[in-house]
Order: sequence, then C-alpha cells, then structure tokens
Amino acid sequence: MEPVVHLADVVAVLGGFPVLAGADLTVQRGEILLLRGPNGAGKTSLLRLCAGLLPVERGSATVLGCDLAVDRTVVRSRVGLLGHANGLYADLTVADNVAFWGATVGATKDEVAGSLARMGLDGRLADVHVGRLSAGQRRRTALACLVARRAELWLLDEPHAGLDAAGRDELDATLREAAASGATVMVASHELERAGALATRVVEVVGGQVRQAGTP
Amino acid sequence: MSTWRIARLIAAKDLRIEWRSRVVTNQVLPFAALVMVLFAFALDNDNVLTRVAPGLVWLATMFSMLVLVQRAFAVETADGALDALQVAGVRPGGIFLGKSLALAAQLAVLETVLLIAAVVLYQAELQASGAVLLVTTFAAATTGLAFVGTLYGGLAAGAKGRETLLPLLMLPVVAPVLIGATRATEAAFGTNGASSSEGWPWIGLLILFAVLFGAGGTLAFGSLIDE
Repeated sequence: MEPVVHLADVVAVLGGFPVLAGADLTVQRGEILLLRGPNGAGKTSLLRLCAGLLPVERGSATVLGCDLAVDRTVVRSRVGLLGHANGLYADLTVADNVAFWGATVGATKDEVAGSLARMGLDGRLADVHVGRLSAGQRRRTALACLVARRAELWLLDEPHAGLDAAGRDELDATLREAAASGATVMVASHELERAGALATRVVEVVGGQVRQAGTP
Repeated sequence: MSTWRIARLIAAKDLRIEWRSRVVTNQVLPFAALVMVLFAFALDNDNVLTRVAPGLVWLATMFSMLVLVQRAFAVETADGALDALQVAGVRPGGIFLGKSLALAAQLAVLETVLLIAAVVLYQAELQASGAVLLVTTFAAATTGLAFVGTLYGGLAAGAKGRETLLPLLMLPVVAPVLIGATRATEAAFGTNGASSSEGWPWIGLLILFAVLFGAGGTLAFGSLIDE
C-alpha cells in the first residue's frame, strides 16, 4: 500500500536557515503519529512541509501520492493543518466559521451540524461570536472546522494546548475516529503522556532530522 | 470548487463580517464625512468647493479605502485565516475576486454617501444629462479600485509595517483612477461648463485599468500571498 507521507532526505529552508536537514519519514494510512522533540527541532516545519506550505529545497517528498515539488496546490486541498493559530474569524459565530470552512469543500448543512456536535459546540455556543470565546473554546471551534473539511491527512501542532479535560477527551476521540475511518493523523506535541496514549507510533525530531522511536 | 463559487463564498463571508462588526458604518463613513467637512473648512469658498467637488469626492474615497483594505486583510491575518485558506487549497484567484467583490460593495456605499455629502456641503449639482456617465464612472472606478486595493492589501498583508506600507504602495498606483474618475465626474456634473461627451474617453481609461488589475490580480494573487 502506498504510504500517505514519504519523505526521503528532505531539506527545507526558512529565511536562509535550514529547518529540515535530510529528513526521512514514512507514514501509512490510518496511523496516528506523534512527533516529539525539543523546541526548534523542526516539528512545525515538518507539518508545514507536509501541508504544502513550505517548499522542498532538496530530496523527495510525496504526500497523498502527490509530489510536493510539483503538486503542492493539490495536496493542500486534501490536508487539514491546525497550527498555533486557529484560522478563525472573530466577528463570525462558531456556526458561521464551521459552515464557512465546510463550504470550502462543499460540506452539507448536516455535515456542518455533525462537526459542531462532534466537538460539543452544537448548543448555545454555536451562536456565540468567536471573539468572545475562551482560548480552549476557540481551539475546539478550529477542530470542528477541520472535521467539516473532511481532510485525508490531519496535521496538528500542539492540538491539546488550551483545551480543558472534556475538550481533550473530545479531541482524542475525534482523532481516533478519524484514523479509524481511514484518515491519517500527525501530531506534534510536548504533552507526551497525553499524545503518547493517543498515538500508534512515535518519532523523534532533532536538528531537522527524524529519528524513529517506535511505538509509544 | 470553481473559482466563481469560491469568490461568492469569500465575498459573502467578508460582507457578513462587516455586517456583524459595522466597521464601515461606525468608523469608515464618519471618517469619510469628516474628510469632506475638513476640505470645506480648508477651502472655505463656495465657488471653489463647487468647482473641485468631484476631485474631493474621489480623494476622500481613496483615503477611506485605505481603512477598508487594511480592515479586509486584518481579519484574514489576525488568527492565521489567510494561511488556513492556502492550506485548504482554496483557489487564490477565487480569494482575490471574492475579496474584490466585497470591497467593491463597501466602496459603492461609501461613494454614495460621499456624493450626497458633495451635493449638501459643496452645492455640487447633479445633471440629468450626466446621470448615465456618472453611474458608469462610479462603476468602472469602483471596480478598478477594488482590484487594486485587494491586490496591494494581499501584498502588504504579510509584511512588517503593513499599516504604513499600504498607502505608500497603493496611492501612486491609483493615481490614474483619481485623474480619470475626477475628469469624468466633472463632465457628468457639468463643472466649468464641461459636457457629458468629454467624460467618456476617461471611462475607457478606467475600464482599461480595471481589466488590467483584475486579470493581473487573479493570476498573481496566489504567488503574492504565498510569499
């Protein structure tokens, strides 16, 4: 079976500084992969490269069967990235935001409603402006947008940050459900206990390179 | 999704944000009205004001447009939504056209208010014979300004010091619209005895400007926001 992500000796540069220095990584469909490593090791850069946001300077990178050197735009439409920012509009309600991001991939009203319910946002919160939400509630809204977008590859950078216990449980359940239904999940996290319990495999990112670490 | 469907989605989203936040009605329109009043204080001569009213309307439009453009891209960059749109694979041409459409709608409201202000404050006289020319001028100039505003707003969105960079980049580029729209509006008003027929050649310039920036922006917007 063709891997969802295949990187071979990938080098990526940001602002003249090499953020990935010969990274090798293979991720199979349905995996939940935890990327761990110190700050500045290249975890976020690895996720952004897989999302088609960071160009490949050298080496070979294939995501969802597309060569990143050629098909970055095609890859982008099939992955979902949740970085440090949430990508939300503060003057719109929670429901408006999820409906907007769902609409970018043609999601139906039922699918949008399902995404809101999945993240526990289908009650009173749905009509609240995002600007009035707590950091954790905004994170949940961003995750609901990702669910509505039906991404094949989920790229999450510190997804548990700012979430309360209930939000973390909902997130973990959502990620397990997504992986069970054929999506692939890559999580960069410093919360090793929490994310380690969720992951099916762990790799270590150090100095822009990926070291295999095995099962959690 | 097709470029046009994306454009409609983005435009609807931008206009909904404006409807909820009321920045145009609560901040931009009062600012534009204030500029018109200050022009009146500065010139303080009814004859001069009547004569220069078309130019002042378009100057006030351009100053106010800077606020609209800043706002249109602030909502995209505040929480990384522009990045998220790129990751979502949303066609950049659709983003450009959608944001231009929403900006044009807001500019149309702004220009209508400024035109009324010119009639009330400067005693500018609208002539029935110039009505078609006036409407065509506003439509062509608004389209061109919306395309330029969106293009340069996108260019400045990721830059440091974007608040000061945007006017420096944009105002020289919109000079042809200022000149063309002012001359055509003077002809529509009959300022200094100008006839409507004198305004139509300027419409050609405005349309050419809008077509060039519309096509250029649709093609180049992806590369601009990628940087």
